[in-house]
Amino acid sequence: MAEAAAVVAESLAGYRARAARAVLEQVVLPGEELLLPGQEDGEGPGSAGERPLRLNAGARSRGRVVCGPGLRRCGDRLLVTKCGRLRHKEPGSGNGGGVYWVDSQQKRYVPVKGDHVIGIVTAKSGDIFKVDVGGSEPASLSYLSFEGATKRNRPNVQVGDLIYGQFVVANKDMEPEMVCIDSCGRANGMGVIGQDGLLFKVTLGLIRRLLAPDCEILQEVGKLYPLEIVFGMNGRIWVKAKTIQQTLILANVLEACEHMTADQRKQIFSRLAES
Amino acid sequence: MKETPLSNCERRFLLRAIEEKKRLDGRQTYDYRNIKISFGTDYGCCIVELGKTRVLGQVSCELVSPKLNRATEGILFFNLELSQMAAPAFEPGRQSDLLVKLNRLLERCLRNSKCIDTESLCVVAGEKVWQIRVDLHLLNHDGNIIDAASIAAIVALCHFRRPDVSVQGDEVTLYTLEERDPVPLSIHHMPICVSFAFFQQGTYLLVDPNEREERVMDGLLVIAMNKHREICTIQSSGGIMLLKDQVLRCSKIAGVKVAEITELIQKALANDQKVRKEGGKFGFAESIANQRITAFRMEKAPIDTSDVEEKAEEIISEAEPPSEVVSKPVLWTPGTAQIGEGIENSWGDLEDSEKEDEDEGGSDEAIILDSIKMDTGEVSNIGSQDAPIVLSDSEEEEMIILEPDKNPKKIRTQTISATQVKAPSKKPVKKRKKKRAAN
Repeated sequence: MAEAAAVVAESLAGYRARAARAVLEQVVLPGEELLLPGQEDGEGPGSAGERPLRLNAGARSRGRVVCGPGLRRCGDRLLVTKCGRLRHKEPGSGNGGGVYWVDSQQKRYVPVKGDHVIGIVTAKSGDIFKVDVGGSEPASLSYLSFEGATKRNRPNVQVGDLIYGQFVVANKDMEPEMVCIDSCGRANGMGVIGQDGLLFKVTLGLIRRLLAPDCEILQEVGKLYPLEIVFGMNGRIWVKAKTIQQTLILANVLEACEHMTADQRKQIFSRLAES
Repeated sequence: MKETPLSNCERRFLLRAIEEKKRLDGRQTYDYRNIKISFGTDYGCCIVELGKTRVLGQVSCELVSPKLNRATEGILFFNLELSQMAAPAFEPGRQSDLLVKLNRLLERCLRNSKCIDTESLCVVAGEKVWQIRVDLHLLNHDGNIIDAASIAAIVALCHFRRPDVSVQGDEVTLYTLEERDPVPLSIHHMPICVSFAFFQQGTYLLVDPNEREERVMDGLLVIAMNKHREICTIQSSGGIMLLKDQVLRCSKIAGVKVAEITELIQKALANDQKVRKEGGKFGFAESIANQRITAFRMEKAPIDTSDVEEKAEEIISEAEPPSEVVSKPVLWTPGTAQIGEGIENSWGDLEDSEKEDEDEGGSDEAIILDSIKMDTGEVSNIGSQDAPIVLSDSEEEEMIILEPDKNPKKIRTQTISATQVKAPSKKPVKKRKKKRAAN
């Protein structure tokens, strides 16, 4: 049934679904359907009739494929739900299909379990804090989920403070829940962020770029001034340098990095290093 | 959606930066953000950008009956909307305190300063006056809405043209844009609001605060002024105590800023006027790329006409006679019948000849004249030949098909002779022949 629906959708759209491997690193659009590697050979021109037979056999031999952000499963295909570049990560071990996701550009944050974010405490009520993370709903944070916190020993958190934590519950239509400890009960860098420094917002795409393991921007920024910096996956960056001037420069440079090529960036950084 | 709260560390940082005379976007204390004014294709439509704050202004007019106590004055109406598109914190369909405050300030700035001559908006005293409505929409919110809105309002009013009217006796005639050029409103001066944000009980002052600065400020002073340095409105909010010389200093700064902005507005208006007059691209159309379809235009090609007649004759004599004329309708299947020349479909031929007819008929006046002249000669010419049909126009050949008793071959030759007579003086005919030969 799903297959029939997919065929109808395809004929309506007026083009054939493309193979996911063929459009890697290319721009995909919402509504587009992608074929997984296992199906490509069956999808050659004129062999559309064979598809129903391969439906289950292909799925078993293919192994596990993980749909990342911007993709959804539709029948035995991938349905694109966001506009952006299609990315793929090979599986670490075994013969799985790896992870596919769409690198899209957006500003609105949707909580995801496991994400590290910067939140602002908006209210204290009973034994939980309400934390604004930029999502549709404030997240809740128990006062016990700080390192070394007990019923008697409450953490010192004021309304308006910045919190760096991670989501443990982030479901659709439910209030997300944050903690500031890892699974061993250690803070691991999380907790209340200091009183100084500047918080600013950038797009989610830039945050992902900055947090990539081999990010050049961060290394170049580190050479400029000594700094403390915190990236939240919700698009918030907290930065602190020695002086106000340096903090402002860092914030503006990071914001501007979004629309600069590598050459332009190098020029600006070398100019900043001279001054 | 609720507004994102301002964290303690942002507040502290902003205040400390202001103490050090630094601003987030690298401006100096008295600097405005970049102002950009663009116009729509219609009169009275503009978008004003003040940094990232963006306001759309649209002016419209209507003939209404005046207010009873002001029988000879037109009506001005201002309306600012804060849509949810500008910032998620704005709620649709609710008059927030901020909105009421901004609307009131706009009215005071523009209506109460009498910058527009309302008397000139009167058509018939006590019966018909113009109502001018200024709609302002905030498209993006990044602080200092009032300055952007006041600039957008006055720019839209300056840009607006109302339809012309004339009164004869008690008859009022409204002219459309095509009949008479629309008339601009008479504007005496241009009041512009300048905002000053005060921090730490008035110790520090910033011009044109952005959204974050607005959130940490203690008080706001708005001065509306025109370029003659006349203060139109002044409003202080936030409950701070200002000293006399502080207000005086602000008014001095406002004077400078207003002069700069007025100059910018006039430049933008003059530029738009110039472009409109020249017929260039104006308004938001400027952003549309210039792409014309040139694929369908045909270049004029020279044609060798030295021996066309002979060639055409040759081709026609070699050509097969047209297929048999079927006089009776042939019923193929129920509902599908055919009548006319040949059994095969000859739509293509028909179309071709029709097109050629059009070509000739509608091309040039000279040709038409020619053919008229030719007609007289033709009649005599044809008369001398033994053909029984008199053809005044050679292109009628297809019309004859339905008459079964005439020999098609004969008809053909007849038409040829007619065209031959025309040929020497008519270029398009030759071209046509050539086309037929190609067919």
